[in-house]
Amino acid sequence: MSNPDLLSRRLLVVTGKGGVGKTTVTAALALLAAEQGKRVLVVEVDAKGNLTDFFEHRPVGFEPVEVYRGVHVITMDTEASLREYLRIHLRVPVMGRIGPVARAFDFVANAAPGVKEILTIGKIAHEVRESLRGNAPWDLVLVDAAATGHIVAQLGAPETMREFVSVGPVRNQTEWMIDLLSDPAITALNVVATPEEMPVSETIDLVGQVRERLSVPMGAVIVNRVLPELFTHADEEVFESLREPKTSEALDVAVADLTGVGGESRKTAGSVAVLEGARLAVTLRRTRAVHLQRLRDAVDLPLLYLPYVFARDHGMRVTRVIADSLGDELGL
Amino acid sequence: MTKARSAPVDVLDGLLAAREIVVFAGSGGVGKTSVAAATAAAAAVRLGGKVLVLTVDPARRLADALGVEHLGNVERRIPDEEFKQAGADARGELWAAMLDTKQAWDALVLEHTPDEATAYRILENPLYHNITSRFVQSHDYIAMERLYQVHQSGEYDLIVIDTPPTRNAIDFLEAPKRMADFFGGRLLRWMTAPYRAGQGRGARVFEVAARPFYQVADRVLGGQFVHDIGEFFFNFQTMYDGFVERARAVERLLHDRRTTFAVVSTLEAAPLREAELFCSELDDRGFDLGALILNKALPAYFRDPGGHRAAVTLSEHAEPVAQAVAETAGDGPVADREAVGRVLRTVGESFLNFEVVAQRELELQRALPVVPEVVACIPYFEVDIYDLAGLITMGSCLFSDGLFSDGALSEGPS
Ligand SMILES: Nc1ncnc2c1ncn2[C@@H]1O[C@H](COP(=O)(O)OP(=O)(O)OP(=O)(O)O)[C@@H](O)[C@H]1O
Ligand SMILES: [Mg+2]
Repeated sequence: MSNPDLLSRRLLVVTGKGGVGKTTVTAALALLAAEQGKRVLVVEVDAKGNLTDFFEHRPVGFEPVEVYRGVHVITMDTEASLREYLRIHLRVPVMGRIGPVARAFDFVANAAPGVKEILTIGKIAHEVRESLRGNAPWDLVLVDAAATGHIVAQLGAPETMREFVSVGPVRNQTEWMIDLLSDPAITALNVVATPEEMPVSETIDLVGQVRERLSVPMGAVIVNRVLPELFTHADEEVFESLREPKTSEALDVAVADLTGVGGESRKTAGSVAVLEGARLAVTLRRTRAVHLQRLRDAVDLPLLYLPYVFARDHGMRVTRVIADSLGDELGL
Repeated sequence: MTKARSAPVDVLDGLLAAREIVVFAGSGGVGKTSVAAATAAAAAVRLGGKVLVLTVDPARRLADALGVEHLGNVERRIPDEEFKQAGADARGELWAAMLDTKQAWDALVLEHTPDEATAYRILENPLYHNITSRFVQSHDYIAMERLYQVHQSGEYDLIVIDTPPTRNAIDFLEAPKRMADFFGGRLLRWMTAPYRAGQGRGARVFEVAARPFYQVADRVLGGQFVHDIGEFFFNFQTMYDGFVERARAVERLLHDRRTTFAVVSTLEAAPLREAELFCSELDDRGFDLGALILNKALPAYFRDPGGHRAAVTLSEHAEPVAQAVAETAGDGPVADREAVGRVLRTVGESFLNFEVVAQRELELQRALPVVPEVVACIPYFEVDIYDLAGLITMGSCLFSDGLFSDGALSEGPS
């Protein structure tokens, strides 16, 4: 299951625990798809999000802006979405300023299950449907979605709505959304996780919940920030003996001679710090391997691995590195 | 911004000795829950007294370690035995509890409704679950409410409270006020007007201002659904007085001299930005910012200039070094020059990689505009912290003569 053929879908939703790299991965997928010649629309669900940073572009609003060749981005805005919803689906004329009504609606939306989410998911599904009909230019709609804790409510909104609202226009809208979201040729939900305890546990729980409660097909689990394996088994033995006091002293002297450090400091030329640093990297990777194994055992989805990128800051360059790794993992 | 003070100290001893409540805040994924539990565990060991930690949504192994997995809102004492097994002698008592939002809400509804019939009308309404699980920062409100209750009980000398994962750390500060505003607000009046007027279904009497709202709401949601929502809120509103009064009391407690805040962050741009914002919000609102805790900091040796020189040498001239080492230290695995060369180059390159990150962390730390009384670092532990021994080790970083209070990690917890 190494090549899940993700990029042939029309709607890829990306979720994961807070901070694991959802936005990074979404940006990289967008870059990769665009460079495969696809026209991509990225929907950033979190209004406070930073997706455009990964393209070194200013923030954008509800109107699509091309932040990179082939990559358009919009940021979700429930009021704008409500206005569009009323206009398109219910043929309610757009009121000049729906401020107070939107606020009141916001209140109800918060209270009533699914209302707020349906505005978000409705907008996304609308873009996908329009693109399938040839009315919108997108080959792929990518969603930087809610975190694991909220994604089931978000994607399940049409189903929740159908359950709570027995008649009326909103209910009628839910049918086509559910069809679209549950079509495995169109939609895939992807989870980003780092090989750490909480992100792995949340991923396992989420996959179970999605299968139990939603009809949305799962895509891949993307394991982000994987530390490099420093040594082979045999080399690790060499490494361990280098850390023994006698050898590490010899090492320090050898390093000092080469760097031109003289006198007493020959014995503290810094190779101890370097060895310590490597030990940290080795142990960290080993600790994480346990969680990775747990993930592999519990989840029967394709796993894609992305390296930890050691970088000063995270702009276009890192997006490129991650996109290249994703390309390799997808066999492109 | 926080007033200029003398250079911050890097330990919590003084702060904890002078306070009764420490609220741990920060954005998701920074390790708030572990840091809060670790602080409480170490405080129980070092300071004595009765220490309670209220955790929100702990990792399973952590909940296990504290024994709170199935306890709901009940507080549990961690027995002295377990401290002994962890190799520590507790001068005080460590108590722990989880936050069970649903259970706490049910209790509140039963407490604040005028009669049982109303209480059950609320509890059984299908909207209730939805509302309590996400309405007006419901988790935040409940966390503060629980804090108030345990503090009122007078049982504890020190209460350490974790906060729910929210996008905005500020949300929970506003939770009590929002709860009060919500009950007093115009929107609730709009929603419940038809029921207050004693009218039957469909015969709505409402303010003119509410009319466009109903036009849209009915169109979008259907009249029946809007009716159900209104009816629910009508019952819900009976709790107004109790809620508002309690919300004010909670707010007073958070402003009390005995309460302080500890903001947790990793040394990464986004969480740190969030933490800075939160610090200045605290200050603007007159709360006490006691500490900033920088978690998962890479050990200081990654910023050692000697280490840098050695790493550069090893990554560029691994072979001559390997030869010299083999000549001096001769036998066993280190005699294999080729392997040693390979290992040394890898080790050097790895150091330089981590150094980039460590350098970035240092720059971020230096650029911090807010400097509270305490700025403490917890090193990146290469093994998971999941048992009491681990918590004590981690928490000890925050106390004077702690194991790694210089921010350098010599050895992880066993
Ligand atoms: N593979 C990686 N290597 C190194 N750093 C990474 C990697 N992936 C992400 N990061 C960094 O981790 C941080 C969090 O990433 P990102 O913003 O993508 O997470 P997120 O899941 O979208 O977070 P949030 O839940 O806050 O939206 C960023 O600073 C990002 O640059
Ligand atoms: Mg994000």
